[in-house]
Amino acid sequence: MGFDYLGERFTAACMAVGTSSFADFLASCAPSLLPGVGPQAGRLAGGGAGTGLDLPHATTIVAAAFDGGVVMAGDRRSTAGSMIAQRDIEKVFRSDDYSCVGIAGVAGVGLELVRLFQLELEHYEKLEGRSLSLEGKANRLSAFVRGNLGGAMQGLVVVPLFAGYDEETGGGRIFSYDVAGGRYEEHKFHSIGSGSVFARGSLKKLYTDGISADDAITVCMHALYDAADDDSATGGPDLIRRIYPVIATVTADGFRQLTEDEAGGYAQAVVDERRRSPAGPIAPLHSQQNE
Amino acid sequence: MPFYVSPEQAMKDKADYARKGIARGRNSVVLQYDEGILFVAPNPSGALHKISEIYDRIAFAAVGRYNEYENLRVAGVRYADTRGYQYDRADVTARGLANWYAQILGTIFTESNKPYEVEIVVAELGESAAGDQMYRITFDGSVADEHGYVAMGGQADQVSTVLKERYTEGMPLSSAMGAALAALAGQGNGETPGINAGQLEVAVLMRGRAHRAFRRLTGARLEELLAAAGSEGTG
Repeated sequence: MGFDYLGERFTAACMAVGTSSFADFLASCAPSLLPGVGPQAGRLAGGGAGTGLDLPHATTIVAAAFDGGVVMAGDRRSTAGSMIAQRDIEKVFRSDDYSCVGIAGVAGVGLELVRLFQLELEHYEKLEGRSLSLEGKANRLSAFVRGNLGGAMQGLVVVPLFAGYDEETGGGRIFSYDVAGGRYEEHKFHSIGSGSVFARGSLKKLYTDGISADDAITVCMHALYDAADDDSATGGPDLIRRIYPVIATVTADGFRQLTEDEAGGYAQAVVDERRRSPAGPIAPLHSQQNE
Repeated sequence: MPFYVSPEQAMKDKADYARKGIARGRNSVVLQYDEGILFVAPNPSGALHKISEIYDRIAFAAVGRYNEYENLRVAGVRYADTRGYQYDRADVTARGLANWYAQILGTIFTESNKPYEVEIVVAELGESAAGDQMYRITFDGSVADEHGYVAMGGQADQVSTVLKERYTEGMPLSSAMGAALAALAGQGNGETPGINAGQLEVAVLMRGRAHRAFRRLTGARLEELLAAAGSEGTG
């Protein structure tokens, strides 16, 4: 307890002039606390490279920019192989007041990545007295994803989707990542995870420029529904148990996660729509400009 | 050729040195109000803070030499974030942090030639006023567990006397602010010389705020609070 709970070396490191990065600080004085992946991790994950099927996996996340902000939504299923590991997992998180992050891949690694990322942003803000820029946050996340490259090569793959409100441009921005830490800015909308292919097709057909926040949320809910429709690892809205996708918006007013009732309202509307038309809203065959 | 200096004399010299250094700066106060804990420090700089957030419900206030307490503040944030990351956010407590600071300051006081010329307060917001905690830690590593109000600085005794008169349990924020201003102005009853918002650093740990309870009061919000405190002071 107290003074020596991590040793004198830790205290000395705390008092030293140094970094404003929490991850770098830990790496320098208490690396054992970092979510490292040891050489045996691949074997623990269930065999050689590319496996890890026995571990719970988080699946589909979608995000869409709207006028003045961005919305991110994630389904609630995690799967271990063909089994449902959890039906109410949360995969979309507040990373700070003006950004959010969602994860797809090995859930355990992803949740730890998010925890460290949240703390990294808060730590910087407290030490420096100001937040990182949105680009700065996106770049920091990139370094964290790259830090897991060794684990990813052994099957512990996780990739985040990052979105936030950019005070400089006054709008929402979306960033996607590859396992090597590659960072790509996405325009308008994006999806990640096992159901992302179906979700993206849906987003592409339903998204329009200058969309309102309310419509953007509905588009994301349809995209998740389509993902769940064709991907067994993505869960649809569970009206029986009242388990709905986690929906978060980030605007000039900050991060806000929709309440269960609000999310339920959107879920119910999408399900009602699908009852009338199982494939959902049908996009017009010819775009309006060409008519 | 080294002269013999008795340990008593050495400690006394260090303590005098530290006290003198601290007395050169202004005093600061921390006090409880009905919805939280108020921190007030005269500070002409808007960037070099004397009051800071450490963790969700823990804040830090200091007087003395800036580079030294800034060093302690940064260390405290690192300590708290590491502990919260290793265990859980609920496991970061003001008591643990105060003990840690006490050990650091005590070690520096006894082992180095130059003691830190600082005095700090670590305060933690409880679920209710009864759960609030305030610890005052001085340059030699002494810790005092305070209730209601704390004063720091060279004239802490005089400031405390005024606070004792004005402080009542469960007072609203505006009254607490009035008491703080009176105490800092060094006047027991009534009149406070015009202190404008630009020369004050004011922050609160506010109950009922989710996640992070620390808020700086600046600009219009501070002006409003000063006006409310002023009207109560004359009433």
